[in-house]
Amino acid sequence: MAHAHDNASERPAILDKVRPAELPRSPLILNNRGFHWITDKVCGIVEEPTPLWWKVTFCVALFIASFTFVGLTYLVSTGTGTWGLRSPVGWGWAIVNFVFWVGIGHAGTLISAILCLLRQKWRTSINRAAEAMTIFAVMCAGIFPLFHVGRVWFGWWLFPLPNQNGIWPQFRSPLEWDVFAVSTYFTVSALFWYMGMIPDLGAIRDRATTWWRKTFYGVLAMGWRNGNRQWSNFEMAYLLLAGLSTPLVLSVHTIVSFDFAVSNVPGWHTTIFPPYFVAGAIFSGFAMVLTLMLPLRAIYRLHDVINQYHIDNMCKIILATGTMVGYAYATEFFIAAYSGNAYEKFAFINRAFGQYAWAYWIMVSCNVITPQLFWFKKVRENHALVWIICLFVNVGMWFERFVITVTSLANDYLPSSWGYYSPTIVDIFTFFGTFGFFSVLFLLFVRFLPLLPMAEVKMVTPQADPHAH
Amino acid sequence: MNERNERIHGVACTFRKAADVYHAAEKVRDAGWKKWDVHTPFPIHGMDQAMGLPRSPVPRLTLLGGVTGFLTGCLLTWYTNSADYPIVVGGKPFWSVIFPFPVLYECTILFAAFGTFFGQFIFNRLPRHHHPLFDHPQFARVSDDTFMIVLEATDPNFHVDESRNFLQSLGGQEITIVRD
Repeated sequence: MAHAHDNASERPAILDKVRPAELPRSPLILNNRGFHWITDKVCGIVEEPTPLWWKVTFCVALFIASFTFVGLTYLVSTGTGTWGLRSPVGWGWAIVNFVFWVGIGHAGTLISAILCLLRQKWRTSINRAAEAMTIFAVMCAGIFPLFHVGRVWFGWWLFPLPNQNGIWPQFRSPLEWDVFAVSTYFTVSALFWYMGMIPDLGAIRDRATTWWRKTFYGVLAMGWRNGNRQWSNFEMAYLLLAGLSTPLVLSVHTIVSFDFAVSNVPGWHTTIFPPYFVAGAIFSGFAMVLTLMLPLRAIYRLHDVINQYHIDNMCKIILATGTMVGYAYATEFFIAAYSGNAYEKFAFINRAFGQYAWAYWIMVSCNVITPQLFWFKKVRENHALVWIICLFVNVGMWFERFVITVTSLANDYLPSSWGYYSPTIVDIFTFFGTFGFFSVLFLLFVRFLPLLPMAEVKMVTPQADPHAH
Repeated sequence: MNERNERIHGVACTFRKAADVYHAAEKVRDAGWKKWDVHTPFPIHGMDQAMGLPRSPVPRLTLLGGVTGFLTGCLLTWYTNSADYPIVVGGKPFWSVIFPFPVLYECTILFAAFGTFFGQFIFNRLPRHHHPLFDHPQFARVSDDTFMIVLEATDPNFHVDESRNFLQSLGGQEITIVRD
């Protein structure tokens, strides 16, 4: 919500002389919608009777989520041996799914924090849902390392508490850094999300007619009164949280990539990993934002608020980050060739032509080739196609983590210890179910919380500018 | 004469346009008011200047939180890995600022975020669920599409009739008394 105090009245004299061409900005809200329309639209989603599609989808999501529950119950009651992990691949789908879900979350923070600092006003239409996506994705991510510890009832050993022998976790381990990075990320994202929502919760409270709605939103709104003395502190806090979230989100995926990069496994031990992981995370996250927002936009007829300009921007970010990811793949190969290290060279040739070549080429086609279609305006305007491309991107990004994790472990230094990793049905159940778990949370969010940040959307309308006449 | 009625919270009026309330706020500021506020559905660009508000004090708590977080991280890693149960890893020093740096970094951000988040609540005096404005009939529209200026009775400039006339001269509509 931070904004520049641009003063329209102070026009430099030079501008009258050179008379620059007027380049109108794309309108963010179409059809000149007013403040009341925005309030009605967003509050209407919460206030209307629960729609049938919601009930059906929610039941389906709950059913899918039960797969994770079954998978985890079987795992905990039997042991991690039920996952496909065995020597030499000790890190299979668990880390793949963890990195996948954390990566998805990153677009939410990018939209809420980095685009806020860059004063990209179009972010307002999508930031609330994207932040919700972040929080729920991090929750899904957290399941995997937590249960991968094997005896999950010792999960508290991850935290800086002494165990029964008085031994503490040691802080030289990237896995311990991860605990701090991911838990901080979750906490700060949740604070940022909630704080940004307070004025909108207040707006729902002010319209509430039923007792439970008055109480529920009233308590959550914390007695917000929309006074400018409050807004002043709120805006400052919002800007600061954006400023804190920016280095945070970059550090989280950097530290996640340290899980690999700090080890000495060929194909993992590379300095390119932090920027490469961050670009990939934003890439997959934006794809997920579009996957979620395009159907919601159609269902709730949000076409005036999330218009072609927003979709174009997101497609272009996917194109840019997808190209960066492709460049990173090429760089990895170059560095492997240039390193003169036989193991490093082998690791990359093996990725492209070894026993997991199928996964590698799925990754390349989904991540490098598919997003290039976004160069074309016709493709960006065809929302069904955009949605399908976004699904491909997410499939591709999952395979990227699979390729990195599994190819390097399955074929490392000694051919005598090579192996082939396949997931078991328990792995598949657990991962499949997380999509249900994510959807359950997201559907609850859509139904009960303001889907769009009303105050922020109102702020970017032309009539919100006090200097416009 | 200042006939202050203890049961009056203040006088309120509404505006329909952001530009109108902005210019009205400048006039209230210039008239020397201290206890007053502008209620808007969204933060208006430049309203802090129009009201003559000082810079928000929230960053002080952010800084305090950040420093506390960094020191907490240092203390935690030093105490656990060097003082209470020294762990030998590769013959390296038991503690330095380098190896746990990711932990210190994350602790700094975490505590700074707590400072900012709670700072916002502390300086806004929230949560507060009982405010006279909540009983005011026009107030519910402020979170929708209406702008409101409230002159509070605790300000030395306050006088029921004069303040009402003042709001009228600013172009305010629906001028009403807010009961305490």
